[in-house]
Amino acid sequence: MPQLIKNGALAEDRWTLVREIASAAELPVTKPIVPLAFWLAADAQIHARGDVGVWLSPADDPALLGGAAATLPLVAVDFPKFTDGRGYSTGRLLRERLGFTGELRAIGDIQRDQLYYLHQVGFDAFVVRDGKDAHDALQSLRDFSDGYQLTNRRTPWFRRSGTDTPAATSTGRAIE
Amino acid sequence: MYRYDAFDQRLVDERVAQFRDQTRRFLAGELSEDEFRPLRLQNGLYIQKYAPMLRIAIPYGLLSSRQLRMLAHIGRRYDKGYGHFTTRQNIQFNWPKVAEAPDILADLASVEMHAIQTSGNCVRNITSDHFAGVAGDEIVDPRPYNELIRQWSTLHPEFAYLPRKFKIAITGATNDRAAILLHDIGLQAVRGDGGEIGFRVVVGGGQGRTPIVGHVIREFLPREEILNYLDAILRVYNRFGRRDNIYKARVKILVKEQTPEVFAQHVEAEWEHLRGGPATVPDEEIARLAAFFPPPPYETLPGDDVAFRSAVADNRAFSNWVKRNVFAHKVPGYAIVTLSLKKTGVPPGDATSDQMDTVADLADAYSFGELTVSHEQNLIFTDVRQSQLLALWSELKDLGLATPNVGLLTNIVCCPGGDFCSLANAKSIPIAEAIQRRFDDLDYLHDLGDIDLNISGCMNACGHHHIGHIGVLGVDKNGSEWYQVSIGGAQGENAALGKVIGPSFAAHEMPDVIARLLDVYVDHRHEDERFVDTVQRLGLDPFKERVYAAAH
Repeated sequence: MPQLIKNGALAEDRWTLVREIASAAELPVTKPIVPLAFWLAADAQIHARGDVGVWLSPADDPALLGGAAATLPLVAVDFPKFTDGRGYSTGRLLRERLGFTGELRAIGDIQRDQLYYLHQVGFDAFVVRDGKDAHDALQSLRDFSDGYQLTNRRTPWFRRSGTDTPAATSTGRAIE
Repeated sequence: MYRYDAFDQRLVDERVAQFRDQTRRFLAGELSEDEFRPLRLQNGLYIQKYAPMLRIAIPYGLLSSRQLRMLAHIGRRYDKGYGHFTTRQNIQFNWPKVAEAPDILADLASVEMHAIQTSGNCVRNITSDHFAGVAGDEIVDPRPYNELIRQWSTLHPEFAYLPRKFKIAITGATNDRAAILLHDIGLQAVRGDGGEIGFRVVVGGGQGRTPIVGHVIREFLPREEILNYLDAILRVYNRFGRRDNIYKARVKILVKEQTPEVFAQHVEAEWEHLRGGPATVPDEEIARLAAFFPPPPYETLPGDDVAFRSAVADNRAFSNWVKRNVFAHKVPGYAIVTLSLKKTGVPPGDATSDQMDTVADLADAYSFGELTVSHEQNLIFTDVRQSQLLALWSELKDLGLATPNVGLLTNIVCCPGGDFCSLANAKSIPIAEAIQRRFDDLDYLHDLGDIDLNISGCMNACGHHHIGHIGVLGVDKNGSEWYQVSIGGAQGENAALGKVIGPSFAAHEMPDVIARLLDVYVDHRHEDERFVDTVQRLGLDPFKERVYAAAH
């Protein structure tokens, strides 16, 4: 049973997560997801491949990706424990500041009850932890219909609900 | 007060459905205790010593009579007929069942209330000035900003798994009644050079194990930038706050380790990216929120009601109550009334469901149907006509809510302590009661004047002992309960942390210890000097000498 949720549906995982790697010779042939340190030390040939993803630990600074953030096909963020919330900020920084538009994947201790917030901060792919049902987890993406904050919608509710959109007026949030 | 629209209502309804399903999965064994814990905490549900405890949010302390009646109903239906108002302007119930928690949340949602983020490592309920909207020293009514920040913090997806809990307090007045120097973030409204409204931003204050008075990191933040700046502070904390040690995980430790200057630089650098961005608050939004807090329909009245003045002159009990529990109002002919939840023999902050129902009726009759919970665990009617004070006093007296002790020794701030709380090292309620019983002479209490006595059952400091003029902290010594005493703490704009006077005491010694501290004060005080002023003038030594000389 696939454990990957991507764009709101179960999906087959075509990527290989490389937790540790000593040299480029060990790199899988296609679609590896490599540690940030490996990526930063890798040569131009690897940088140019176009099918290499990078994973970040909670303490990794996504800004170190520099200009590559705008072109990488996939960035994964590790959550060693679901209660470690640093990766939520990493997600927003990648999406809102670093111009990352590829697949943003949550890995590690990923469970149903964290999926909604992860999605809100920009994650669009989730590898659900072993022992938890990914199909079950999928449902949680619909836990809330909306939110107040500036999130993956890129504007807070009070700006989306102004007088300029008649649909929003019907929610009652229009300025009276 | 603020009223939910369809959008707000849908979010709390969806939250109830989400938690109902989470609770179902926990009870079915699909979620482990470790997996369920953060979820239930962020819905206010603790597993306590004898039973679960549910903490309900009262945003910035403001309640309608309708909401108070619902709290009374919850106390009756799901608990033992009472609730406990907390030092963070919330209410908690000590005997609900886990399986019934979703039903309680659904009942709350029906009156535009919730328990979202009243616990857990997230942004907690926003607290504020209990005189908001009626205080004479107000630069701006903080309530529209309180609500703005309540909405920003509610279900904020980036900051649900912070290193530790995060508390924000806001005041719009020059006198700080919200303890903003002792919060993770304190915001104080100020006016800029052109009269525009902004906020002074304080970070890194707090009580608990490592009490610290907060640092100002920005003297003036334009009001439209408030959410951008809060996001910046929280993001710096979320990314860099310590997660290796629960006791060093609060933002105050990060501020201390980085120094306030360096922490401020990080925040400012983060803010530079967010400044002027989409979360910048338009004037229209502030105006929209402000429209929910219009002044009530005050009548035009003379500044001093003649009948009221003569009642004060004729009736000593009434005049004692007026002296302690009634405060000046900015509108002529009106007064602010504190309902004391500090009657001797009743745990401080507790109210029965029957009392809540009657208070709701009184709020309708005397104060436009609203009331405020104060961080000193009392209830406040903000808009009472002077001419009705005598009638209100008489009704409150029958209810046991007219103890004339606000600001006095027996207005004890106290956590639930070892009687209820599994974190406590010692009981706190019996200590409060023993002190209240010992000092039952009203003339003596009034003569002593303003004294804040605060009691916490452990170093988490829910009873705010660090900022009590006299602070009492329950400690565990080889399995027995002892009490450490500090003096010289203070709340407000001159917030100070009390200093421990020496070795701790057994429970039965506590009333005597307090008596000796007071004796030193009475012997040495200057005219119009409060207890805490005398402590500050004389230092600890004379107090120590008297207390420990007698003890040995």
